[in-house]
Amino acid sequence: VRPGTPEGWQRLHPLSPVVRGGRATIAIFILLIPIAFGADTFGRATPQFVVIGLIVLAGFVSWLVTRWRIEDDDLRIETGLLRRQSLRFPLAQVQAIDVVRPGLARLFRVAELRLRMAGSSGGTARLAYVAEHEVEPLRDQLLALARGARHEEAPASQLERPQPEEHVLATVETAPLVASILLENWWIVVVLAGLLAGFAVSPHRVGGALGGSGFVWAVAMVTFVWRRFNQQYRLTVAEGPEGLHLRGGLVALTAEVIRPGRVQAVRLVEPALWRPLGWCRLEVDIAGRQRRKGEGEAQRGQLHALIPVGKRSIAVELADRLLPDRPRELARPPRRALWKSPFRYQALSWGRTETCVATTSGRLRRVTSWVPLEKVQSLRHVQGPLQRRLSLASVHVDTAGKSAHATLRDRDAAEAATALDELTDLARTARRRPALA
Amino acid sequence: LALRRLEVGVPALLVTLALLVAGALSGSSLAYGLAAAAVVTGTLLWYFTGRRYTSWGYAEREDDLLIRRGVMFARLSVVPYGRMQFIDVTAGPLERAFGLATVRLHTAAAATDARIPGLERKEAGRLRDSLAELGEAQAAGL
Repeated sequence: VRPGTPEGWQRLHPLSPVVRGGRATIAIFILLIPIAFGADTFGRATPQFVVIGLIVLAGFVSWLVTRWRIEDDDLRIETGLLRRQSLRFPLAQVQAIDVVRPGLARLFRVAELRLRMAGSSGGTARLAYVAEHEVEPLRDQLLALARGARHEEAPASQLERPQPEEHVLATVETAPLVASILLENWWIVVVLAGLLAGFAVSPHRVGGALGGSGFVWAVAMVTFVWRRFNQQYRLTVAEGPEGLHLRGGLVALTAEVIRPGRVQAVRLVEPALWRPLGWCRLEVDIAGRQRRKGEGEAQRGQLHALIPVGKRSIAVELADRLLPDRPRELARPPRRALWKSPFRYQALSWGRTETCVATTSGRLRRVTSWVPLEKVQSLRHVQGPLQRRLSLASVHVDTAGKSAHATLRDRDAAEAATALDELTDLARTARRRPALA
Repeated sequence: LALRRLEVGVPALLVTLALLVAGALSGSSLAYGLAAAAVVTGTLLWYFTGRRYTSWGYAEREDDLLIRRGVMFARLSVVPYGRMQFIDVTAGPLERAFGLATVRLHTAAAATDARIPGLERKEAGRLRDSLAELGEAQAAGL
């Protein structure tokens, strides 16, 4: 894809249907094997041939009718034979661009390009698949266009990062990653170990009692752990001209670019068992949910990990880079909040600067959230019956992200009221700042 | 706006009537008890819906909309005009019967729950238009 040719439709890579079929393709090959070896079954296998032929034809047709091109500031994708679809994605609205390479795609040297848009449903433009050597220039071109489109609104943003090459900020080691996943999901380990031990002692009884369901559970848990490992293996964060570059994965390689100013919230998570080791996870929240194929419930609640596991100092340094003006001092709620949240009390606190709010919460799984005030969508002041008795109140700070909210829980009622007013004003000035600059 | 109480009051009245009818049908001994229960629940519901109704309120400020609601759980939401994505005006059958409508504001955050029920239809239309206008004037990107 040459930058000089914005017009003209492009097709996807011819091998796309094969890769997209994924496991189906493998299944087809397995179906073919007995037919290839035994000539006498040929007559009986005719229906199978018909099915395979139809699948191949469908894949070919879907490839034939799909095309895309870049029009001015939009990416346009046309697809579908009977139900023709023409999708237009304004590049100025792009939140992040991912390059994904599943195992099979790597084998065929192709890659998928994903443009994440804001919006809660169907907000992802997928180009699956594009030849591997074309993907990087295409992504850079799209990013440049996206920035160019934004350039008119905020001229200052382009001058900020003149250096063209990226420099690595953090990489995740393999051993801590394995340890951290197992430690965070220790109950999986316990259950699996229990199952295995029970099986070793009396295979018949345990096997009979649990039957297939236990096995299914075990498989599900292993896949869960495996998927996280696969996703976060050797994840590298680097700072580049277009924003933060994330790269990692074991079988399926992903590379993402998070543009500066698209981060809705930053979150530092410290599960109970990690804390003695001084580990933590740094997550960022971006508008628009990515709902990947095969993404389970557990993962949907999960945010985008910048550092899946790492020393606190590194995470804090990176957080500083994302939000330079973070509040340093956090204030505790009044002592009478102990009556309302006896367990959480020790972990609750909040603080603010001119541009950023920080809150902490969670006794076992300590979560620190930072929300830049210019990203605040709305503020809510809530006072329950028990809180009113104790003259306490909570203030919720809502963002457009998936699940990172900052909540000022159980503050003194007067403090909460002033906080609401102050945050409203600060958020307003923060919103206006980029427009004035 | 005063019709709001009537609107919420209708279910309360229906419950009361249903209990009364049930009492009348089920013979003498039970009838008095049920009738008494009906009167008590009716008054209580009337009282609570009244309180709920008075707790609702909204204010259009220069840059944002304030919405207040709730008795037990007092809530106060601040929604900046620039953050509104779109505005809904809905009217259920009961609301329509009394010429009322509900205005609902949506932002990019899913947690934002900003709605103003029981507005008179004209007022709802006016609010929608003025909010849309202000939202357009102050619109900010994500």
